[in-house]
Amino acid sequence: MQAAAAASRATDMRRMIRAMLPALSLALVVAAIAYLNPRAISYFGFTLMLNLAIPIALATMAQMFVIAGNDLDLSIGPFVGFVCCITATLLHDTPGLGVLALLGCVGIYAALGALIHLRNLPSIVVTLGMSFVWQGATILLLPKPGGSAPQWLQDIMSVKTPFVPFPIVAAVIVAAIGYFGLMRTSYGAILRGAGGNPVALRRAGWSLLRAKMTLFALTGLFGVLSGMALVGITTSADANIGNGYTLLSIAGVILGGGEFTGGRVSPVGAVIGALTMAMAASPLLTFMHIPPDWQVAANGAILIIVLAARVLITRRDEAL
Amino acid sequence: MSQAVVALFRRPWIWSFVGALFVWLAAVAFTGGTGAGGMLTAALSLAVFTVIVGLGQMFVVTLGPGNVDLSLPANIGLASAVAMKTMGGDDHLIALGLCLAVGAGIGVGMVNYLLIRALRIPPIIATLSASFFIQSIDISYGRGLQIKPPDGFADFTNIQILGVPLLALIILVFTLGASVTLHRTIFGRSVSAIGQNIRAARLAGVRVDLVRFATYVLCGGLGGLDGALLAGYFHGANVDIGNEYLLASIAVVVIGGTSVAGGKANVPGVWGGALFLVLLLTMLNTFGVSAGVRLLLTGLIIVAVVTVAGGAKPERQ
Repeated sequence: MQAAAAASRATDMRRMIRAMLPALSLALVVAAIAYLNPRAISYFGFTLMLNLAIPIALATMAQMFVIAGNDLDLSIGPFVGFVCCITATLLHDTPGLGVLALLGCVGIYAALGALIHLRNLPSIVVTLGMSFVWQGATILLLPKPGGSAPQWLQDIMSVKTPFVPFPIVAAVIVAAIGYFGLMRTSYGAILRGAGGNPVALRRAGWSLLRAKMTLFALTGLFGVLSGMALVGITTSADANIGNGYTLLSIAGVILGGGEFTGGRVSPVGAVIGALTMAMAASPLLTFMHIPPDWQVAANGAILIIVLAARVLITRRDEAL
Repeated sequence: MSQAVVALFRRPWIWSFVGALFVWLAAVAFTGGTGAGGMLTAALSLAVFTVIVGLGQMFVVTLGPGNVDLSLPANIGLASAVAMKTMGGDDHLIALGLCLAVGAGIGVGMVNYLLIRALRIPPIIATLSASFFIQSIDISYGRGLQIKPPDGFADFTNIQILGVPLLALIILVFTLGASVTLHRTIFGRSVSAIGQNIRAARLAGVRVDLVRFATYVLCGGLGGLDGALLAGYFHGANVDIGNEYLLASIAVVVIGGTSVAGGKANVPGVWGGALFLVLLLTMLNTFGVSAGVRLLLTGLIIVAVVTVAGGAKPERQ
């Protein structure tokens, strides 16, 4: 009896450590930066290092919604780029038309969700095809880098919050919205169920079609927010601006403890994973004086080290 | 007769060939019939490179959900540099260069599976992280590399017999070999079994780890071969030479009727898918559309083809 209680306590403990892992990874990266350059750990330092963290966090959130439904969006990078271009051209010049176009994008995502569900298509291929569509549309809309982000957007993105840098505040808000929306509401549970056990969901009388469409629409919505945030920071757009976001967003979700199947995702983890990727991606490498040739490799190394640490901690948990 | 036709149209790979035929006819109709044969020859020469990596990717995808090799572009880039550096423009070193390029690819495959197995990382992330490393190695190894392929090798990749590229014929034979491997050998059956149900396969005595290892190594080796051949065909190595083969390798596998959920591979479909993609680009080039429209239409047509061809697959429980 006592042994069983002790064992269950030990399991709880490990489960807790597992849940804390994304945060630990982030702490690891911050600690490495602090060790290499103590001055980076300041209000100004974090504002600089996390400069692009908001769009990355939003894109990761977008990716998380499709992953929750057992799908994958390989077009989120080009889509973010497309949104950047709409924001820097249409939304700037003719706000009404711009808003319509952005809403249309969300609508297209919902339609994709419906198509994938009704025809039982592999989301990888459909979104792969869509990535060409977004790229093409971006080039047609903005053949040369340029355009200009609306002033109000630039103002929002350069807000100076007291004590805590704005990117961190924004990340907390995004994480909180995701957490309450997906983990705390009853329809959020249905959405996760679409990935966890679609058969049970259907038998319980829920519309899988509606769930898939909602998940994809949410991906579109957060993709739009990501693109708007990105162009608010860079102030002008170019066709390749969102290129790295597909892989960054997938890596962020996985680092945050999400899994590709079974509707197991964590919004808070995803945001933390995105912050880890944003920090690890460049500032850390500049401090380490890594030659440019090997910077890409260092990116991969950081990803591997963090995941390896995760395996070391959870190994015993999985053996149970 | 009509039954045979119906049976033919039930095959998942037929749609990729139908699609390829349609885009070819559209292109030929546009030019008024001129260059129809030349278009096919050109399409065959280019499709070969997609088929080689497509076959590797097909075996990997068949291993089950989440299995995909994202390191192919980096792998191809590195192998192209290895091949050109080893051959050094000397006809006598062609075989050695090919072997080392394939060897480099096999090494990449081994690293991929080591990461997947030892760190229990999902293959997408593992091969992605590996590709970052390979890219860096390639950048520093192949810096300023401007070695032309030996004449014998460059000629070999361009030989045509009655308008059919020799390379296409060789790879066709190789494809038949892949088909036999998939359907008639223990390895091929094991790959399908693992994709259908990894737990059942393990309980049935399939050596899951060994088979998965071999599959990633096979895909890596094919990537290496592709890199060497591409460098021969395009007269030189290049870090970016393999970039387009990430999307292309996955797209041809799926357009060709292989199930993304795993366990169901389709060898002829890889050819159909590759021809379709190449002919689609040829057609859009013939129409003389701008780069933006070309990308837009490519994407829409891929989605349309998948929509028409898909749907028959039962939902994975």
